[in-house]
This record gives sequence, C-alpha cells and structure tokens, in this order.
Amino acid sequence: MAEVNPVRNSTTGHLKKVCNNMTQNRQISNVVKVLILRAAGINCDLETQHAFELAGAKAERIHINKIIENKQLLEQFQILAFPGGFSYGDDVAAGKILANQIVHHLYEPLQKFIESGKLVLGICNGFQVLVKAGLLPGTTSNEQQATSNEITITNNDSGKFEDRWVYLAPQTDKCVFIEPGKQIYLPIAHGEGKVVTKDDATLEKLKTENHIAFKYVDENSNECDYPANPNGSVESIAGLTDSTGRVLGLMPHPERFVRLTQHPRWSRCKSKDKTADGMGIFHNAVRFVQKNL
Amino acid sequence: MNQWRFEVFNKDGFADVCGNGVLEEIKELGIKSIQAVQSAKVFLLEADFDNDFANRLGRELLSDPVCEEFYLGRSSAPVGLAKATLIEVHLKSGVTDPVAKSVTAAIADMGRQVGNVRTARKYVLLGELSQNQIETIAKKILANDCIEDCMIGSDAEPPNPHLKPYEFKIIHLPLCELDDDGLINLSKEKDLFLSLAEMQTIQKYYQKLGKEPTDIELETLAQTWSEHCVHKTLKSSVDLQLNGENVHFDNLLKETVFQATKQLNKSWCISVFSDNAGVVEFDDESAVCFKVETHNHPSALDPYGGAATGIGGVIRDPMGTGMGSKPIANTDIFCFGEPDKKLEDLPKGVLHPKRIMKGVVSGVRDYGNRMGIPTVNGAVYFDDRYIANPLVFCGNIGLMDKNKCFGNTQTGNLIIVVGGRTGRDGIHGATFSSGEMTHEHETIFSHAVQIGNAITEKNMLDVLLQANEAELYESITDCGAGGLSSAVGEMGEKLGAQVDLEKVPLKYAGLNYTEIWISEAQERMVIAVKPENLKAIMEIFDGENVEATVIGKFTDDKKLTLRYNGENVAEIDMDFLHNGVAKIQRKAIWQDKKLSEPNLPEKTNYNDDLLQILSSYNVASKEWIIRQYDHEVQGGSVVKPLTGIKNDGPSDAAVVKPKYNSDKAIAISCGMNPLYGDIDPYWMALAGIDEAIRNLICVGGRADRIALLDNFCWGNCSRAETFGSLVRAAQACYDGAMAFESPFISGKDSLNNEFSCEDGTKIAIPSTLLISAMSIVNNVNKCVTMDLKKADNLLFIVGETKNELGGSHYYKIHEQLGANVPKLNLETAPKIAAKISSAIDAGLVASCHDCSEGGLAVALAEMAFAGGLGIETDLRGLPKSNDCLKVDSQLFSESNSRYIIEVKPENYDAFAKMMLNQPFGQLGKVTRENKLIIKTEDGKTAIEADIDSLKQAWQKTFDWK
Repeated sequence: MAEVNPVRNSTTGHLKKVCNNMTQNRQISNVVKVLILRAAGINCDLETQHAFELAGAKAERIHINKIIENKQLLEQFQILAFPGGFSYGDDVAAGKILANQIVHHLYEPLQKFIESGKLVLGICNGFQVLVKAGLLPGTTSNEQQATSNEITITNNDSGKFEDRWVYLAPQTDKCVFIEPGKQIYLPIAHGEGKVVTKDDATLEKLKTENHIAFKYVDENSNECDYPANPNGSVESIAGLTDSTGRVLGLMPHPERFVRLTQHPRWSRCKSKDKTADGMGIFHNAVRFVQKNL
Repeated sequence: MNQWRFEVFNKDGFADVCGNGVLEEIKELGIKSIQAVQSAKVFLLEADFDNDFANRLGRELLSDPVCEEFYLGRSSAPVGLAKATLIEVHLKSGVTDPVAKSVTAAIADMGRQVGNVRTARKYVLLGELSQNQIETIAKKILANDCIEDCMIGSDAEPPNPHLKPYEFKIIHLPLCELDDDGLINLSKEKDLFLSLAEMQTIQKYYQKLGKEPTDIELETLAQTWSEHCVHKTLKSSVDLQLNGENVHFDNLLKETVFQATKQLNKSWCISVFSDNAGVVEFDDESAVCFKVETHNHPSALDPYGGAATGIGGVIRDPMGTGMGSKPIANTDIFCFGEPDKKLEDLPKGVLHPKRIMKGVVSGVRDYGNRMGIPTVNGAVYFDDRYIANPLVFCGNIGLMDKNKCFGNTQTGNLIIVVGGRTGRDGIHGATFSSGEMTHEHETIFSHAVQIGNAITEKNMLDVLLQANEAELYESITDCGAGGLSSAVGEMGEKLGAQVDLEKVPLKYAGLNYTEIWISEAQERMVIAVKPENLKAIMEIFDGENVEATVIGKFTDDKKLTLRYNGENVAEIDMDFLHNGVAKIQRKAIWQDKKLSEPNLPEKTNYNDDLLQILSSYNVASKEWIIRQYDHEVQGGSVVKPLTGIKNDGPSDAAVVKPKYNSDKAIAISCGMNPLYGDIDPYWMALAGIDEAIRNLICVGGRADRIALLDNFCWGNCSRAETFGSLVRAAQACYDGAMAFESPFISGKDSLNNEFSCEDGTKIAIPSTLLISAMSIVNNVNKCVTMDLKKADNLLFIVGETKNELGGSHYYKIHEQLGANVPKLNLETAPKIAAKISSAIDAGLVASCHDCSEGGLAVALAEMAFAGGLGIETDLRGLPKSNDCLKVDSQLFSESNSRYIIEVKPENYDAFAKMMLNQPFGQLGKVTRENKLIIKTEDGKTAIEADIDSLKQAWQKTFDWK
C-alpha cells in the first residue's frame, strides 16, 4: 500500500487521546479507520471488515449497543459501514427496526459524521437501513422526514429471496466510492431489494439530482428486465448516493467479490491477474479518506 | 390500558406478495372461484398512548410510507361485487412472536412504553366460497394448526394472551406393582415410546430403591433412552441371516461403521462419534467439524417450521462441539413424493408433496440465510414412497481452534442456559420422532413441532464466539432433542448435576417442572462456567441482549438431581440413566431378491430417452431451490452450487475457503441412491460412498483426506427383513470406508419412517442412506468445475462402463427396476479416485464431471450445456466390460467410479501417462457446434441434439415461480 496521509479530523483532540493510549500510536494515527456496525441479525460484518482491510484500512466491528452507550465512539472513525444481513430479523420490514433505532438514538451524531466529510456505506440490509432512516437519498436534518417518505425498498417482483450475479453500471461521477464509467459484476442476495418511489416526480428528482449510483444492466450494458434487473427496481436502480456523494447504499455485495476465486466463472477466466470488481469501492473509499481527511 | 389495533395493507400499484402467494396456492387446491386475495399485517397493542401517537406509530414504524397504508381499528370488507371472506390468523397463546418483541423495543426507542403486543395476519378472500372450502383454505394454506389459530369472519376475537400460572404439585407415576400390560399401557398413555423390556428395567430399578418414580424421572429416562438419542437399534446385538448363512454382531454399529474408523486410525481424525459433530484436522491451527441430522417427522407435519428448526438444530451441533465452532457452511438433502400428485390420491393426514417441498425449501432458506451461513451443497430425491414421510437432512460444518476440540466440565461449574426462553414447544419431539406416524399424528403431536427464530440463534452465536475466544466457559452443548434433559444429562454424565427448574426463564407462565425439563424450545445452549468467570461472561451476554441464566451446578455425586422451588422432584443415578438401557437383541434377514433385467428394444436414436431423463425430477436442474439460498455469504464459496458460462450448470461438489489468509479449503459433497436399495442395499451404500467421493475428487478435493458421514433413514426395523436391509448397508459402509481409507466421523439414524393410513395399510419409505463427505483442498486456485472450457480440447473417460442398468434412471423412465445394480469395484475405485486427484493437482484437467444418475449421456450433456460448447464423441474408446454390448447400457448405465475429463491437447501425453494402467479411453473432443453428438461403436448416430434443447429439457421441470 502507498504511504498514507495523516488523519485530519475536527475532533483530533479526542482522537489523539485515544491513540496516545495505544502503544503503536504513530502507525495507527496514519491509518484509515472504519467502523463496521454490528446489531442483532447483521451477518456480513466479517467479510466487510476483511474487504476494508484488504484496501488498507483498519476496520473494527462494534455492536450498536456500545455506540448508543458512547456516541463519541463514532468520532474515532472516518468510514462507517452498515453491513448486510437481517437486522432484527427484518421484523415489520427489512431494515426498519434498526433504522428506527438510528433515527431515535444516533441521528444527530450521524449527520455530524457525514457533514464533517466522512463516508457512510450501506450494503444490502445496510442500504435498506440507510433509506428507511432517511439518510438516503439524504438531505439536511429538517427535511429528513419528508425524504424518507418518498423512497423505499420493498419485496422483489419474484416474491422471493434470490442469490445471483448482476452487472452494474455507474450513473454518477460525484460518488466517492465509484469509478465513473466502469461497469462491475457483483452478487446480490436478497428478498427485498426493489427500489420504488412515491411518484414520478420523486424519481425524476433522483435522476436530475444525481442520486442514482448504480443501475442493473446486462452484460452489454443495456438496461433490461429480470433477471438482469433481479428485483424489478424502478429505473433499474441498484444503489443510491446522497447529495454529498459520500454516502453510498447498494443492494449488491461488493465485499463478496474481493478476490478472483469468488467470481462464479473464475475457473473459466484466462487472466488471473485482474482485480476483483468489489475491491474498487473499498479502495476508492480508503483513498478518498487518505487524500481528503 | 387501551387496546390499539393497526391493519397495514399494500397500496394500489404495489404487489401484495403474500396475498398473491395465497391466491396461487388456493388455485393449486383446485378452488377456482377466488378472484383475488388481499393480505394485511395486524398489530394489536395494549398501551396508554393517545390517538396522535397511535397515528405516528402507524405512519413511522408499522407501515411503509411509500408502498403501504395503515388503518387504525378494524377495517371492513372492501365494497364491491365479489363476496368477501375475512380470515385472521393469530399465533396460539404462548407461541413466540419475534415481531412483537421487535415492535416493543422499537416503541421504546421512540421513547414510549407499551404493554402486551401481538401480531397477526389478515386475509380478505374475494369470490364465492362454501363453508367447507373456507375451512380447507384456512387449514391447508393460511394457518399451521400446531402454532396458529384461524378466526373466520369480521368480528371474531383473537385468543386471550394471558395464561394461567402453574401450581406446583409433585406427581408420582406408580409402576412398581404393575404387570406387563400395565407397564405397556403406562408407556403408551404417557407417550414414552418405551418398550416392555425397558419398562421392566425401570421397574426393577425403582423396586430396588423402594420408591415410585416421579413423572419427570420417567420422562427423563424415556428421553435419554429414546431411539433418537441412543440409537439402540443400530447398537443392538444382531443375528443376521444372510442368504441363509448366520452372521452375528454384538453391536452392529461398533462392528461396522465405527470399526472402519477405528481400524483406519487416521491421525487427522480428532474426535469421532463422541461429540455433537465429527472433528477432523484442517490445518496447523484449525479443525473442522461436520454433522448431518434429519428432521423428518416435524417436517411432515409443518414443512416450514420443521425444516427451519432442522437447519437451526443442526447448526447448534457444531456450535456445541468441543468448545464450540463457527458455522461456515450448510448442506441440505431432501426426499419428497413426486410434486405432480393429485390431491385426491393422497392418504388422509398427509400434506401435498409440492406444499411440503415449498415449505421445506422456504424453511431452510429463511433460517439458513438469516444465520448468515451459506447453504452450498444438497440434493433432492423424489419417490412416491416418501409421500407421507418426507426426509429432510440438514448438515452444518464448523471451523474451530485445533486446541479447543474438547470440553472439560468440572465439579462446581455453574450450569448456564443461554439464548432462547423455554416454552411448551417441541415437547416429546425426541420420543415422537422415534416412532411411526399415523394419520392422527397431525392432531395428536402438534405440540411436538418446535418453533424457530433464527435471529435469536444468531445473537447467541455472536456472544458464544466471543466467550469462547475469551475462554470463559469449560464446556458447551446444545439443547436439541430431549431439551435440557439431554443437554445437562450428557454434560454431567461423569460428575452429577443439580438443577433448579424454577430458574429456567420461560416464554410464558404455566409450564410444569416436567415441561420445563423436556421442552425442545429452540435456540438454547448449555454451558459450564467456573463461578469466578460468571461476571465476565455475563457482561458479554448482557452487552448484546442475550439472555443467560444460572440454573444449577455440576456436582460430584454422580446423580441427576432436579428441584423445583427447593423441593426434589427427581433423583436418578447418572449411571442408570446413561447405561441402564437394556441392550436389544434383533433378528435380521437378508435374502437376495429374484429380479430380472427387462428386455427393452434396441433403438437407432436415443435423443428422447436422454431428454426424458434430463427432465426427470431427480436429474432436472434444482436452480429454483439453489437461488433461494444465500450460497455466498461469508465470502468463502469457491466452487458454487451452480457453475458454467451462464452460472447455471450443476456443480459436483461445493468448495468453501473458510480463512481469509489461506488458500486451503474444504470440499463438501453427498451421495444417495435409494433406487439401488430396491435391488440390494449393500450396493446402494457403496454406490453412495463412491458418488460422494467422486464428487469431491471432481472439484479438486484430496483423495487421502476424505471423511464420511452416514445418515440411515429406514422403515420399521422390528421387521427382520427391513432391519436386514439396514445391516447390509452397514456392512457396505465398513467395506467402502476401508477400501477408500476414508473413515466415518459422525452419523445419525432415523428409523420407523412408516405411515399407517386410515385403512390400516402402511407406506414405508425406501431404504435410504445418505452419505455426506468432506475433504481438504490444498489450494483453491487448482479447483476444477464441470463445465466444458474450450473447443478442440480432448474428452476422456476414466473408469469402466458395465452392463449395470439396474435401478438406473433409464429404467425408471421406462418403468423398470432391473437386476444389474451397479457394483462398486473396491479395488479399482480408490485407485481411480487417487489418479484423478493427482491429475487435477498437476493442473492437467480443464473440467471434470462424474457419471451418476443417467450415466454417460447425461454427464456429457450437462458438461456441454454448462460450458455452452458442443461435444463430438463415439463409443469406440469407451472402456467397457465384456457384457456391456447394447448401446443403451453404454449410454445410460450408472456404473460407479467413472469420471469424464476435459484435457487440453498439449496436456494429452502427461495425462495419458498418469492414467496408465487405469481403465481409460478417449471419447472425442469439445466442439464449437453447440451440439451433443454421440456415435455408436459402428459409427451410427445414437444421440444428436442441440445443447439448448437439452438444457431447456433439464431446466423446465422446476421452472417454478
């Protein structure tokens, strides 16, 4: 990994204190720190941690109870990841209970986190949480309730959980996680991944304001129906970003394609030295933090 | 407090997935008059809040703002021309309602308190229905009688949630004075499933003590001695008449399956047949353990719940092996009746096979996916003899520290129950699953069905892994069959244990001490903890809201003492409990069957036969099932269940890489062939072993590190003939394990898989032996898949094709059984497997697939359409036995130990050199033509088919929504 820039942070005082308590404080203060959120039913935390570590970050898995208990914890990190899984069993609706917890216990610290230039990634169930908590497509805090009423993620058209690989075409150049123009191939594994909007105007706004991060496409980059669009999302939306471009939520799992042998056809691939598509998202996030924070 | 009722409906324009599903199932029942079904979620809350907050709750928490709308109060039937029937489905009193728990917590997050919360589902059926039809729909589709109540009509009230408290009273069941009839009656009355001999043993024990047993003592003995827990039939002393000759076993299992393991004495076997799962070495630091369980009887009554708790239960086995492992992969193998059966042809008390299949698949899907464990390998087998006794095998593999493979319970350790609470669910599951089913079981044994909640188990797993890492407990086991009774009984076997039953946390009031003790409520584990570690371990559990309770301690008096509110309700000697069960003497008979080969006319073209086999239930693509399972969570799946150019070809085995920093992996496979058992279960068992091993070899598994698991599912073994067929299979397990030097490391049996119909006729399942296998892959980068890779590559077959169509799928489509069952050559099979393994390791193999169901023709077709390439081959190069002359037997014989291998032309020499002295021959080559062409020895075209049409035939059977 290339040399990393020191972390610049509005709360460096606190951070320094934490780091000084550690023996290898020098190295640690240079490292990009990622908080991988754990909660009841989240089950992709380990592989998400692994992906960030492959990208050169130091990732720590922390249970939500600990963060609610000590909200300052968040300040030590530059990236917050909501991993996939079935938070609280997807009771009531996918991601709903965890979203409710975020809204009522962590909304302000999270807003502050985003406003200070830090990054938030939500994968699969994490994406559902971000949308249902109003963090995606995201706005300023007073508009929160309004936006979370306009977009949701609901049952796949097929009516069932499905695991399959999909092609994704980036739709924006403002999202720091994404390499514009580069089509990628990732697996999805969900039963509720269909993005829908309240009305056409909302959809139009998503398009004009550059909130659509990824669309499902076929191998030849054409938008089309099932199974290329595995859940029936409107406009083939696979992922959304907020107005800052620093919050990304997507249904597919980039953390499940961080080495070549995870590709479903790796045994057919001639070249073994390509990088795995999912790594791009983690590399971009870590590089952004190294450059800008 | 006020009672608030919320109904949540889908808005127009958003699909009502649940309602549509119900509509489809109603149509499948043959009721055509229904036009639409609307479904709604119902929430019933007891709370003090006002109308404003109730509205906020409906808007912000209970409904989705975009695609749902809520109704405060009870909505009336929609106005319209169609007649509307309202049905509400509520959980029975006391049944765990996880959604209600989440809603309660979420309301607390919103800063408000709420009393009792319940959830229900409401259905509005639009269309004319008779009362009979309404009841059928309610019973067969909407509700599960075991756990749910249906309320029909708009004003019916839900059941009262408040249960009566329990009044403590010790019950004795006098048996010292009973005669034999009295003992048998007592066993029957109390559903103990104990035989007369066993009741007599118990009677003697209590006569000697000079007291009468309490109900809980008798129940504890019945649980511990149940077939499910001790496998008394498989461990019995057997006199086998084998084709007229006498063969004697003192202990069947010890002299067959165990014996091979013992003789092979592999250094990499760490713990075999002693813990909840078999443990073998993985690498220098880690070990892997594997367990496969059946959950047949519960799945027959409640397919969804039965299968969900089947997978949930088997996951707790590796979690409770040694000091506990981290689950890394699930397997599942099912046997069902054929799904196109007419409803009116089903015996009374039996669910439709398609409903069972859909329910079972959903159950495994929902539990496995929620646990975050990839379901990577499986198989489905169809035969109408499974119609009343579906088989549901669930397996789990765990990764653990090599130095934590054994627990060490000590006197003075506290007994802590962790995880879910105890309820009345699953009472008598162990004894129930050990008996035969009848048409009345549906009603009588509804309480034997357990109810699962994967998230409770996931939470428990999360904290137990942390406690394991911190080394805060001394031993661990799961509460499976027999509940606390089995778990505490096993852990304290050598020491003694004392439990205060009133301390066990309950789901609801009203359970008596016996129910607490034998409940099979899910998601519970028992650990032994040193008193000085209690505080630290409880901090871990509390930190993530996992309930854990000290319920007693391990003693040194070698007695099991149970108390309720300080009063002794049971005291049994551990020695009697664990070793008192009388050994059974069994007679077994096996007589070779007099069967003959059919004489099917020779044809010039076998396209239709191939297409028919490809679309037959057993062979057809199972993509419909596989895609519903998350087979990639944890990121370790290297060879996935579906493979090939379109990600839809059938993989031979799964490969899972469990560590991020190592390229070492585990290959997982299975083998099963009930049809061969109709001819001879000995050859069936060997074919199953060979098939499971072939599958491992095909993907790159090591031939010298194969571990096997057995699951015997048989009919009623008190019949000497039925038991004889089991003994034959057990003998084959010994022979197969010895030949391949592949030890069995774990096993399980499920006997009495028979069903008594109302008219007294019995349906017994075919003798079914599932062989599961696992091996080590040294380097995942060398793994091979079964899809053809490149035109002009050469195709070889290794292994001899014999005239062995008996029990084949070719005969099956022609409604024949035949006599020539595939007979494994114990000498050549291991050699071939080792050679193929070396060739793959040397990088000489582009693709590899085994010949199994459907023989050579099906294997070639699968390789071709999975790779999107054609094949041109003729049968001249086929190594074959002298009697394998007919084209149909060359194409479709299911002879064992055969592998088809694709080799690049430049590797031809090296490969051929490696296969020297093995029966191998060149079949032909891979082409760009998109056609499978197989020519006979004299150059005539036996099969010429377009690969798309072959694939379509293979995929259309389960092209279900």
